[in-house]
Amino acid sequence: MSNVILEMNGIVKEFNGIRALDGVSVSVERGEVHAICGENGAGKSTLMKVLSGVYAHGSFDGTITIDGEPVAYGSINDSERDGVVIIHQELALSPYLSIAENIFLGNEVQRGGVIDWNRTNLQATELLARVGLQENAATRVLELGVGKQQLVEIAKALSKEVRILILDEPTAALNDDDSAHLLGLIDQLRNQGITSIIISHKLKEIRAIADTVTVIRDGQTIESFPVKDSDDIETRIIRAMVGRPLDHQFPPRTPEIGEEKFRVEDWSVHHPIDVERVVVDRASFHVRAGEIVGFAGLMGAGRTELAMSIFGRSYGTGISGRVYKDGREIQTRTVGEAIRNGIAYVTEDRKRYGLNLIGSITVNVSAAALGKLARLGIIDRNREYAVADEYRKQMNIKTPSVSSVVGNLSGGNQQKVVLSKWIYSGPDVLILDEPTRGIDVGAKYEIYGIINEMAAQGKAVIVISSELPELIGLSDRIYTIAEGKLTGELDRAHATQEELMRYMTAARNEGAQAS
Amino acid sequence: MTTATPEQATAPVPPRPDPVRKKRRRVDMRQYGILAALAVIIVLFQVLTGGRLLYPGNVSNLIQQNAYVLILAIGMVIVIIAGHIDLSVGSIVATVGAVAALSMNSWGLPWGAAVALSLLVGALIGAWQGFWVAFVGIPAFIVTLAGMLVFRGVALVLLTGGTISGLPRAFNSIGSGTLPSTGSPDLITLGIGALASLALVVQQLKGRADLRRLNLPRERTLSFVLKTAIAVVAIMYLCYLLAYNRGTPIILIILATLVLLYSFLLSRTVFGRHVYAMGGNLYAAMMSGVKTKWVNFFIFVNMGFLAGLAGVVSTARAGSAVASAGGSFELDAIAAVFIGGAAVQGGVGTVIGAVIGGLVMGVLNQGLSILSVDAAWQQVIKGLVLLLAVAFDVYSKRRTGR
Repeated sequence: MSNVILEMNGIVKEFNGIRALDGVSVSVERGEVHAICGENGAGKSTLMKVLSGVYAHGSFDGTITIDGEPVAYGSINDSERDGVVIIHQELALSPYLSIAENIFLGNEVQRGGVIDWNRTNLQATELLARVGLQENAATRVLELGVGKQQLVEIAKALSKEVRILILDEPTAALNDDDSAHLLGLIDQLRNQGITSIIISHKLKEIRAIADTVTVIRDGQTIESFPVKDSDDIETRIIRAMVGRPLDHQFPPRTPEIGEEKFRVEDWSVHHPIDVERVVVDRASFHVRAGEIVGFAGLMGAGRTELAMSIFGRSYGTGISGRVYKDGREIQTRTVGEAIRNGIAYVTEDRKRYGLNLIGSITVNVSAAALGKLARLGIIDRNREYAVADEYRKQMNIKTPSVSSVVGNLSGGNQQKVVLSKWIYSGPDVLILDEPTRGIDVGAKYEIYGIINEMAAQGKAVIVISSELPELIGLSDRIYTIAEGKLTGELDRAHATQEELMRYMTAARNEGAQAS
Repeated sequence: MTTATPEQATAPVPPRPDPVRKKRRRVDMRQYGILAALAVIIVLFQVLTGGRLLYPGNVSNLIQQNAYVLILAIGMVIVIIAGHIDLSVGSIVATVGAVAALSMNSWGLPWGAAVALSLLVGALIGAWQGFWVAFVGIPAFIVTLAGMLVFRGVALVLLTGGTISGLPRAFNSIGSGTLPSTGSPDLITLGIGALASLALVVQQLKGRADLRRLNLPRERTLSFVLKTAIAVVAIMYLCYLLAYNRGTPIILIILATLVLLYSFLLSRTVFGRHVYAMGGNLYAAMMSGVKTKWVNFFIFVNMGFLAGLAGVVSTARAGSAVASAGGSFELDAIAAVFIGGAAVQGGVGTVIGAVIGGLVMGVLNQGLSILSVDAAWQQVIKGLVLLLAVAFDVYSKRRTGR
């Protein structure tokens, strides 16, 4: 039958020679809710950006047809004119403008440059009724919660006569009630004939709302199947998501695991702004000397929040719980205190939290341990240079001189600078958050070697990663985290991707409690 | 691009040519670019004034009249590297000037105690502003804009709109006096010059010997010798000019001390490193354990202290305190810092750069005055110089792809 509204065929998109999309094909029928699933980094968001014209026609290979007609969008404006509207994960509303102003931003109800406020507010009110948002159209957006802002985004899409609505992880930041309302709305829109494409990794949601699901892995379409025909849909999706051979190489290592080094008990963290929201819920875990412990969780599960809240309360409010090192309770109320107590945290976002990009390699390497290089507050710069140069050799940082500016280095070399900085701080507990994000395979292998070396020195090493093969390849033990709770604990022998993914997608109160 | 001699005072030169090294040389060129601009301006005015710019008396004047900009620029460059701004320094100068004059003429304090009190008042005003910036989290632009109004008002209240003159001679000599002189030429000034040159050479050689001992990369011998020689010649020429006037201005000693002290503070101490780290990436600094609030607080305490010193110096130079003193001083200081290569976004800047920027402004002031250019046109010219200097900076940064 020829009821296909959208057909994407053989889409290939490269970034600097790395294939993010490697021949993806998706076919979406008119009026359905089509779910797209895949691991973090599988290429879902890239695919949607290709579709919506964020990546202009010509910057990728393959064809897109809508209603049988090939399309070539040069920008997001082109796709919106065709009724293809994308709502990104990070909402793009202007907080100080009203709901009505936001809905018609860039698309103002006007005559000769003068806005017709009465019609603006009237039309906005109608749209709000359609999405079931009971708010005055004149309310400023910053007064709304995330869930309501999401509805404003959808109202904005409706104002553009949307035919294909793309939602990128729409419920990632929502609580249960708001999620339920949003899913109900998507269902209503389906009845009104609007086609939706929804990116999600919440399998329950997919089962509840989607007609068809397409699974993407490593930039390729794995399979596409109708949801209602399948009995054990979740198992099928998980298998498709992770069913990749272990193609990562890991340096050999013989673990020598000693006594318990680090223990966290009943750690709870609330969201810094939405203080009622629990981001980490009574997490308890431990790491032994010389052990590499992995943390597996999907985006937004609370992995980074857990780590940063332990590291000097750099994230969150209403933090409670206890931290022990070598059996003795320690405080980590400020970053300085955490560092003094031998904790180091290597951030997932090295450009924002890790590096002074306009500074040299030298000043970055010494940044967390200047005290070691200074006497009476005066830095011994010759020794500082020598230390940085030592790390350059040891870590194989590819640069002619440690006086070079860090911003000019490649991602892998920048990551080695961040690692050097924290290793030089002399930690007993090393927390690595996405240590290989955005770096090439060769540098990855080197960084795995460094991680192994840290464990061999008897440090307690924690690795947070979205890449399951990486976690399985590195870790002695893996905790899974979902929606702020530790949902499982697997040792090396039992950790398979399928098993991990099952715990990672376990919904609230479903998963096995970590021991 | 021709191969310029790579030079760098402390950071060693990499062993082989490569793109990164080119980058570093360009960064260096920016520092030397401003020095070259100063030289060009000096030569230009030397020609335009028929040699009068560098008359011994004019040089002495130039130093004494522009001391306030240099003192304020030293504090301001730290503020700006950390990513802030301070609009209040002109008003602090007026308030502190009033306190100094009152304490001597009305409260009967000896001049030394009056100076100490003035510096303390400056630091306290800085602490007040630092509190709002660092611990309450109000942008420095707002806090110091408020301070600009408040402390101008305080100066008016203290002086009740009038002028206090007839200050002790010892106090006035801080701004306009010289060290004892042996006549013309003044041997003491020449002696100071020789000592300073010797100290410079010894310090440079020692640094180089340390690098050799630790087997760290060093800059080329030729550029090292050339640079040191130029610095020595500049010091001796300045002293020669001063020796044929009235001798060494006291303020020059104060300025030289400040430049050395604050260059050291920014480039060699943990505090200085934290300032650069916060300007380069505030979040990364926090996540490295830098106590960002306290660093911010002390930056403003220090700015207040230096504004207090500028208040003392300019009151002493004028020989009287008026409530309108220090008008637009903050703008002169900010302009000097940006001419000296600091970045508006923070993280970049040096004390030496700010001082050279201040000298550019000073030479412009002096040269244009000698040429009797109308004060209105002087403002136009100074504004355009600031704009061009920063435009050049932005342009050269864009060319290096940053």
